[in-house]
Amino acid sequence: MLQVKNLKVRVEDREILKGINLTVNTGEVHAIMGPNGSGKSTLARALSGHPGYEVTEGQVVYDGKDLLDMDPDERAREGVFMAFQYPVEIPGVNNAYFLKAALNAKRKQQGLDELDAIDFMKVVKEKLKVLHIDDSMLLRSVNEGFSGGEKKRNEIFHMAVLEPALAVLDETDSGLDIDALRVVADGVNAMRSPDRSFIVVTHYQRLLNYIVPDFVHVLSDGKIVRSGGRELALELEEKGYAGQTAAGARQ
Amino acid sequence: METLVQAPAWLRERREQASRRFAEVGFPTTRQEDWRFTNIAPIADAKFALAEGSFAQAPALISSVAVPGSLRLAIVNGQFAAGLSDLSAMPKGVRIAGLRDGARDGTDGLEQHLGKVFNIDAHPFAALNTSLLDDGVAIFVASGAVIETPIHIVVVTGSDLPSVASAKEGDKAVTAHPRVLVVAGAHSQVRIAQTFIGAADSVYFNNAVAEIVVGEGAIVDYYTDQRESERAYHVANIQAHVEAKGVFASHAFSTGAKIQRHDIGIGLKGEGADCTMNGVYLADDEKLMDTHTSLDHAMPHCTSHEIYKGILAGKAKAVFNGRIIVRLDAQKTDAKQTNRALLLSDEATINSNPQLEIFADDVKCTHGAAVGQLDEEAMFYLQARGLTRTEARDMLLHAFAGEVLDGLKIPALREQIETNFFNTLARDVALTA
Repeated sequence: MLQVKNLKVRVEDREILKGINLTVNTGEVHAIMGPNGSGKSTLARALSGHPGYEVTEGQVVYDGKDLLDMDPDERAREGVFMAFQYPVEIPGVNNAYFLKAALNAKRKQQGLDELDAIDFMKVVKEKLKVLHIDDSMLLRSVNEGFSGGEKKRNEIFHMAVLEPALAVLDETDSGLDIDALRVVADGVNAMRSPDRSFIVVTHYQRLLNYIVPDFVHVLSDGKIVRSGGRELALELEEKGYAGQTAAGARQ
Repeated sequence: METLVQAPAWLRERREQASRRFAEVGFPTTRQEDWRFTNIAPIADAKFALAEGSFAQAPALISSVAVPGSLRLAIVNGQFAAGLSDLSAMPKGVRIAGLRDGARDGTDGLEQHLGKVFNIDAHPFAALNTSLLDDGVAIFVASGAVIETPIHIVVVTGSDLPSVASAKEGDKAVTAHPRVLVVAGAHSQVRIAQTFIGAADSVYFNNAVAEIVVGEGAIVDYYTDQRESERAYHVANIQAHVEAKGVFASHAFSTGAKIQRHDIGIGLKGEGADCTMNGVYLADDEKLMDTHTSLDHAMPHCTSHEIYKGILAGKAKAVFNGRIIVRLDAQKTDAKQTNRALLLSDEATINSNPQLEIFADDVKCTHGAAVGQLDEEAMFYLQARGLTRTEARDMLLHAFAGEVLDGLKIPALREQIETNFFNTLARDVALTA
């Protein structure tokens, strides 16, 4: 599904990612953990194609294709979804209208017929029900005036409608109370399938109590310093990130 | 011209007065405050010929902007064209008159109102229009009549001569001075649209004037769609008087003309009158779009809402001057003005100037102006969900203009204006990466 090879990424004049290697197979859930400033979000944004993140070296192969060669919108239409850490407020753009355009852009790419308003609403209502999200969210402008929790739920809602093959969740848990966290986690768990992979970027292991990962990677200073199973996350919770350096990992 | 001579004395007198006025002031120059950023030398220096009669493309142009279900009044080269109009949907309570025939026949209300709403001293081009006032249309709405059929005035300008290469060859190009008068009786309601169109790429100079009288308690919506040829010159003056408790809304949409100058003036002449003065303009290439609005709060308890939004691309220039006068008697005035512009290129510029003159002391007046670029984070967010850059940009521009577009209460007209808007964007606006 996804092979990241020696990925180096620069933001402005600073090298943030210093050679990431990561393989995500179809159906797997990978958690990326690490202290602030370790490069977790940079990895997520680089994968989504944010123009502020310059890839200086390395390769990302997605579904056999060169991901780095694609524009952000091409990546999305090919099935890569990023749930933003800070979803953007877009006044005047209706949430349902936008989502319909996004879904139809993807369907067009897949050679499927575009959905009309009625069929689209059918899809959407069903997803809202599963996610326990209120219909009113459809009528509002994208993220405008949404609370922090509503914004994150809206990201999960978008993900549910767009049904990506690879979903990257960038600190979707930050700032959420336990109820909102459950909504987010339930949404992800409902979508877990042998055909879909997740990369869950998080600072805290708390989320991983609800979304149980297959693999956990620890990022430090732009490199993956440890990889393991779910137990690694539990260990981190107990001991913290201190000592999780490249040197520590070699011991 | 023969017809000019045949006109009744009152009309000849008004023309002569305007003619003297124009001879006195001449074409404005950039040394005048109101014309500081708008050099109309290409109009003043060219020798346009006064257009006469119709031209081959006129019928096709008119049908290209037809609004189904509306009453259509065609003005071709300044003259009311009954044959290209569609009066089959004529509702009860509406009287239509060609200005030339109406003046000759002594149509009720013409002498009383024509040339009386406008103060020709205020604007040289309006004086020029009046000095050449020959034809056009008048719309009278009877007191208490609620007109549900939209009235659509289509103004086409052009000639059968081959298109000329520049304004310097303007001696081959035509000019027209279309004129419209609307008189809405007390407590009447009506929606009127005016579309300006010419053959693509043709050079001409259109100098339009519309006078609107909104009677006591009447409700009038007036929409303007300026989609002249890319190489045309378009000067338009709209002046409205609103009587007590009358409600007037002007919505102006502009995508065409090489140089556009719009002057829209609304006088709130009776207590409790309310007006909206909104507009969206899209300027690309090397277009110059100048909008001067003027709101005259003359009486107490009047409200005004003004929103102008500009989208500028290429090397386009825009001027927005929003004047609000609150006279001594106009206590409890509530006036709000907003002017926003989006610059899609580094070379586009705007001069924005709110101008508040407040003489009353118990009023609420606010104004705000903002100039910015497309929000790149919003662009990325939309792209990251699968929309192309163009789709994302159009969505954001649509949202930007939406507040004003929402005021278009004739669905078929709204669709037409939006389509034209995005076709213009797609055709001309290069994406800035």
